[in-house]
Amino acid sequence: MLGSIGIKPPPEVPMAANSRLRKLYESTVRIRAVENAQNHLWHEGLIPGEIHTGIGEEGIIAGVLEHLTVDDAIACDHRPTGVFTASGVDPTSLLLEMLGHADGLCGGRGGHMHFLSESDRLISDGIVGSAGPAACGFALSAKTLRPGTIAVAFFGEGAMNQGMLMESLNLAKVWNLPVLFVCKDNGWSITTHSGDLLAGDPATRAKAFGLRTDRVNGSDPTKVSATAKRLIDRVRSKHQPALLHARCRRPDGHFLGDPMIRVFDDPVGQTKEIGGPLPGSVRRGSGSRTAQIGALSGLGIRLGSLGMQRIGANRWDPLLRLRAKVGTEAAIEIERRVSAEIRTNVSDALRIAEVSA
Amino acid sequence: MNSQMGYAQAIERAIDSAMTADPRVLTFGEDVRLLRRNLLVGHGADRVMDAPISESAFLGAAVTAAMSGLRPIVEIMLVDFIAVAFDGILNHAAKNTAFSGGTWDVPLVVRASCGGGYADGGQHEQVLWGLLGGIPGIDVVVPSTPADAAGLMTSAIASKRPVVFLEHKLLSDYWLDYLGGNSRPTVEFDVPVEGANGPVDDPIQPVPIGSAVVRRRGSEVTLISLGVGVHRCSEAAESLAGQGVEATVVDLRSVSPLDTETVIRESANTSRVVVVDEDYLRGGLSGEIAALLAEADVPVSFSRVAVEHTIPYARHLEHDALPNVERILAAVHELR
Repeated sequence: MLGSIGIKPPPEVPMAANSRLRKLYESTVRIRAVENAQNHLWHEGLIPGEIHTGIGEEGIIAGVLEHLTVDDAIACDHRPTGVFTASGVDPTSLLLEMLGHADGLCGGRGGHMHFLSESDRLISDGIVGSAGPAACGFALSAKTLRPGTIAVAFFGEGAMNQGMLMESLNLAKVWNLPVLFVCKDNGWSITTHSGDLLAGDPATRAKAFGLRTDRVNGSDPTKVSATAKRLIDRVRSKHQPALLHARCRRPDGHFLGDPMIRVFDDPVGQTKEIGGPLPGSVRRGSGSRTAQIGALSGLGIRLGSLGMQRIGANRWDPLLRLRAKVGTEAAIEIERRVSAEIRTNVSDALRIAEVSA
Repeated sequence: MNSQMGYAQAIERAIDSAMTADPRVLTFGEDVRLLRRNLLVGHGADRVMDAPISESAFLGAAVTAAMSGLRPIVEIMLVDFIAVAFDGILNHAAKNTAFSGGTWDVPLVVRASCGGGYADGGQHEQVLWGLLGGIPGIDVVVPSTPADAAGLMTSAIASKRPVVFLEHKLLSDYWLDYLGGNSRPTVEFDVPVEGANGPVDDPIQPVPIGSAVVRRRGSEVTLISLGVGVHRCSEAAESLAGQGVEATVVDLRSVSPLDTETVIRESANTSRVVVVDEDYLRGGLSGEIAALLAEADVPVSFSRVAVEHTIPYARHLEHDALPNVERILAAVHELR
């Protein structure tokens, strides 16, 4: 308004900035709390199937979703808990879905990899790369039925080697589809180091298709938010796709119980417990932890890279980074409040499902 | 009131009517602005869109477009090409309603040409309806006449479920001209006249998905088929009648859902069944019908005429590979 009459708007007042920071922090904390609850239920054996956690991605999810409206659509990958939580889907219904209960979000028919919510226009999917075409379809209908709205695709850098995702970058460009592609680059293609598998890099590939691209440190939620805003504003106003490349870490491995993580954390103990080809090759490692980890180097780059990631895990934790900006007092208030909320969600879910953890 | 028209024209008529009635209906695929020029002229470029040769992307996009308010008719030029977009159909179109607990519809039509008999080789002449029809969550229809083509397309567009609509290239003159060079007077294809042209009601009468029709009734043997096979069966039945053997011809029209009631009834009536299927012999529709009859305790002598190997290119080899009248007659005579 001020701009339209030639007066430069004043810089954002700290109060508003603080309030935005706190909201962003609250979003990351809520995601982490639901992820933790989900992981707990998995470890307790109450969630029977695979769980791919989104711990480490909270800053990317919260930073992007901060700029979406209720009419925008989102296609998630196989780590959808964070997006569904941050979109406002009732965590109790998510937990019940993962428990396989009839009152779950999808009546227990979808499970953790297939959360679907028609009223929120949110889907998730267990096929790597399929979020690309899915977001294109949402964006196609948005153009005619919901002008001004956009679609977002969340996927990893491993998906950048999937044909359908590459095809959808092209399709979005030639059909002028308002899609924001968000590549959450955690460095791993399932349990193989992506550096060994990905020629070039995600952002350069997208640029070659004519997409506006930006790179950001995904463990810094405020930077993600600022970069995502620029891209989303453009996608929304120009009806043109863009790609955000955000690096992050994956402290829990590909899925819960990832044998690599278990072996890394407890080389001798775990190799006695788990099956597969891993145990025999590391069982010789004994004595000090250093020696045990040293023995793992026989497995090649995988565990070495994993070790590097695990050692620097805290530096890459989006919550710790944002917490420092929010301030301890405000952070504690948010953490207590959100934890209490999610604890209630968990106890509600367990009560409805008639199980205990 | 009805008028005479070609099979492809009948499909176009159905789509045109649907696009006129409902602005959410649109069509996209490779070359559609050329192939569906009439629709382009009538409904504009936003609703008739050329797609890149990226079946994975645009079929996948069609699924979520359908889930978010549009009624897409996505064209996979030849059903053989579904192989590169199979994820969209198998893991998304067919699954999302079930995953959502039955609440989120996928009103999608996947339109593809299918079938052989014009020397295009084994990567361009498959039908794959057995493969597709075995997937829970999608319907598969295969019309054999212009009236059914229009009626089934009308029902497919109106359906809340994903429907694969397969049009046989020998019946569809658009495709035969486009792919087979049918305009050459020097080449002849064995086009079944009654399938390629016929009366279509105005307005179009929708054909319910999952309903078979009896094309001819006889008491001694039941020939069950679909697509061009129906016409081969009718020709065989004519020949059998000359030999004093009266045959029933069942046109399945839908592979999924299968009209089990008609199949069981018409099989029980004669106790002698030949399934004539242009799809592969193993793991498909013909075996499914055998299982259906066995499960329903229908005692029949049973035989099938289907495609047993990769369809060869050479005309005479292609003729032998596809269900033909000679093979059908031989199968009937070999029945107990």
